[in-house]
Formats: sequence, C-alpha cells, structure tokens
Amino acid sequence: MEQITTADELNKKYLRDGMWPTIFCNGCGHGVVLEYTLWALEELGWDMDKTVFASGIGCSSRLPGYINADGLHTTHGRAIAFATGIKAADPDLNIIIFTGDGDCAGIGGNHFIHAARRNIDMTVIMINNFIYGMTGGQLAPTAPLGSIATTAPYGNIENPFDICNLACALGANYVARWCVTHPYQPIKSIKEGLQKKGFSLLEFLAPCPTAYGRRNKLGDIKKHWEWYDNNTILIEDYKKIMQYGTEEEKKELKHKFQIGVFQDLQKPGFFELYGNLVNRLQIKENEPKEGKK
Amino acid sequence: MIEVKEDWCKGCNICIERCPVNALEESDHLNRRGVRPPQLKQQNECNYCRLCELLCPDLALTVIPEKEEKKPMKKTNLIPVGGKRR
Ligand SMILES: Cc1ncc(C[n+]2csc(CCOP(=O)(O)OP(=O)(O)O)c2C)c(N)n1
Ligand code: SF4
Ligand code: SF4
Ligand code: SF4
Ligand SMILES: [Mg+2]
Repeated sequence: MEQITTADELNKKYLRDGMWPTIFCNGCGHGVVLEYTLWALEELGWDMDKTVFASGIGCSSRLPGYINADGLHTTHGRAIAFATGIKAADPDLNIIIFTGDGDCAGIGGNHFIHAARRNIDMTVIMINNFIYGMTGGQLAPTAPLGSIATTAPYGNIENPFDICNLACALGANYVARWCVTHPYQPIKSIKEGLQKKGFSLLEFLAPCPTAYGRRNKLGDIKKHWEWYDNNTILIEDYKKIMQYGTEEEKKELKHKFQIGVFQDLQKPGFFELYGNLVNRLQIKENEPKEGKK
Repeated sequence: MIEVKEDWCKGCNICIERCPVNALEESDHLNRRGVRPPQLKQQNECNYCRLCELLCPDLALTVIPEKEEKKPMKKTNLIPVGGKRR
C-alpha cells in the first residue's frame, strides 16, 4: 500500500470519523500525542488489525475511542492489567496503552511497577499534564512542587513522581520523556518504543490549559505552550552543562525537566521468556521416560 | 496550500503562533464553534514544513505542497435550505 503523506490521508486511515472533533478542551495536548503516535504507526506500516489500544479513565484515556482500531476503555488505573491479559491471550498482537499521570502513576501505580519490572511486551504512552484533568483538577502525583490544585489550594508540598526514573530502575527496555511542543524527536522515539520488545514507556509532558494552566497562572494557551520550551532540556545538553557549565548555568537547570531517551536495552520481553519456558517443558514432557518400567 | 477542516478547529492559534515564517493568520469568518479558523496570508512564505499540521491538537490542518495541489473542483453554490414555506 502507498505511504501516506498528508494529514488528511492519515486521518482518513486511522480515525473513527464519527467521533470527531474530540471532546478535549481548546489547546489540550492530548490530540498532539495521538497525532504523533499515528505518524509513528504509519511510518512503521503496522497492521491495525493486529494492534490493540487500551486505556483507563481520564481525558487522556479517551484517546483509543478516536482511533479506528480495536480498543479497550477499561477502569481507572487498570489499563496495564487488561493489556497484559490481551497480550497473554494473543502474543501476536501489538499493545499500545494511552494513560494519564493520575491513571498510570496514581491509582494504577502498582500495575505499572510490576509490568515494567516483568518487562511485559507493551508500549505505555503516559500523558503527564500534572493534574487530574477530567475530574476538575485534583493534584496528580507528578505535579511539580508548588503546583496549585483543588486538593492543594496552597501549593503542592509533596515530592513529584519521576516516572521515567522509576521505569529505568525497574529495568524497562525503553524509557523516554518528551513534550508535545516539538514533533520530530517524539515521533522517532515512539517508533523506537513500539518496535522494542518488552516494556516501553513514553512519557509526554502535555498542557492542560483548563485544569492546570489556568489555576497555576501559566497564562493563555500560547504562554502555556511556551512554558514547555522554557522548562525542559534535552538530556544530552543537561549532561554537558553539568560537566562543563558554570555554577550559574547549573543552577538554572535545577527546576527543568530532562527530555530524551533515558534507557534503551535489548533484554527479551516477558512473553519471549514465557514461550521459551513452555517449549522447554513440552520437550521434557515428550522425552521417553526412563526408570519406571 | 493549507487545507483546514474548519469544524474541527477550536481556535487555539498554536498553528499561527508556531509557524516559523509567520505565514498564517485568523480568517475573517467564524466556524460553527464561533472561532476563526486559520488561513494562509495573501502574501506568505510558507515552505510546507508541515509544523502547523503536526502541532494542531485537533488534527484540523493538512499541508499540501504547491506542486501536488489539487485542482479546484467546480461546486454548485446552491444550498438546499431556506425557500418559502406555504
Ligand atoms: C476507581 C475510580 N476512582 C476515581 C475515579 C475518578 N476519576 C476519573 S478520571 C480521574 C483522574 C484522571 O487523571 P489522569 O489519569 O491524569 O487523566 P487526565 O484527565 O488528566 O488526562 C479520576 C480520579 C474513577 N473514575 N474511578
Ligand atoms: S481538562 Fe485538561 S486534560 Fe482534560 S480535555 Fe481539558 S485540557 Fe485536556
Ligand atoms: S492549531 Fe488547529 S485547532 Fe488550533 S487554531 Fe490552528 S487549526 Fe485551529
Ligand atoms: S507548513 Fe510550515 S511554513 Fe507553512 S504555514 Fe505551516 S508551519 Fe507555516
Ligand atoms: Mg492528568
């Protein structure tokens, strides 16, 4: 089939037409993550009949509903558990999970930890908007210190969760963080994550103008989007500055989010190891039994 | 050429703000949501970089490089609404 080159063709191929336009607010970053994912899928040429999307609950978790492919919109925090089941039932399927910071790092945290630890074959795309957007702006565990939320009206005093750091420590095969404001590296990175065996995490810093931006005085949509340019730094640049920079430059980095690929390993995924185990036991089972006569 | 799915546009103006050559502007009409979808300026230096297309949160934009531009189709101006009721 011919490679798609325009957004209009991409939309026709991948979107569930009747669902559009989306319910997302004006300036919300979720649609951008969807678009990057679709371009990555198109560049890989994956069969959409062999690709399944899963999500929990939240604005971000509505994304599978907009895609013309099989999808499972599950319960809050449980997308990874359902997805593990799908993969176990048919290991030939490609599994992509759209989840939010509340869904994945909050209520679903334990599922996330163990899927990453077990290197379950799936790609988790976690959209981090620092807030529970859908329910009107409760504090998310990823919210930076000082963030204002309905449940933190005087500013967040809790340490934010660095979900990429956690995934690296658990030995996930692929771990990357990006923000939605620049397309090219994220699309390439989603491609890498999708192709990777085992567990891939792609965290996307994305604006939620309605529940986070407004409350935290990040300004209008334009300014809110610029916040991501001013508060992120490529991991390569970060390392250079930490090594060769002045104290002043290093101090400036302190509050910035590092973006880039944090981990890229080649370990076998869970289902490869499980397949090997089954084969080994089958061979053993079929061996002629000695001793008992 | 930039094709705009006008009813999908929510008016965030990200496309206009982020175009590297400032080629886009708000159009002079409102869509169904009451926002002004973007359009190419009369005089513009659009180089078909596709950044606006990739960043649009509502997937409302399609960039079509000049050489591949579709020929304008003839469309009737008749709209099947209105008329006198008896
Ligand atoms: C078991 C359960 N607890 C609480 C809720 C209410 N609830 C719905 S969405 C949500 C938070 C979603 O936040 P996040 O995952 O960050 O998604 P966002 O809307 O920010 O994209 C909560 C707490 C629920 N639906 N189910
Ligand atoms: S509440 Fe926030 S996350 Fe939800 S659709 Fe609106 S902007 Fe997006
Ligand atoms: S980026 Fe998309 S939604 Fe925003 S103004 Fe431009 S066309 Fe409209
Ligand atoms: S294609 Fe590039 S140059 Fe042309 S309007 Fe879009 S962002 Fe601007
Ligand atoms: Mg959230």
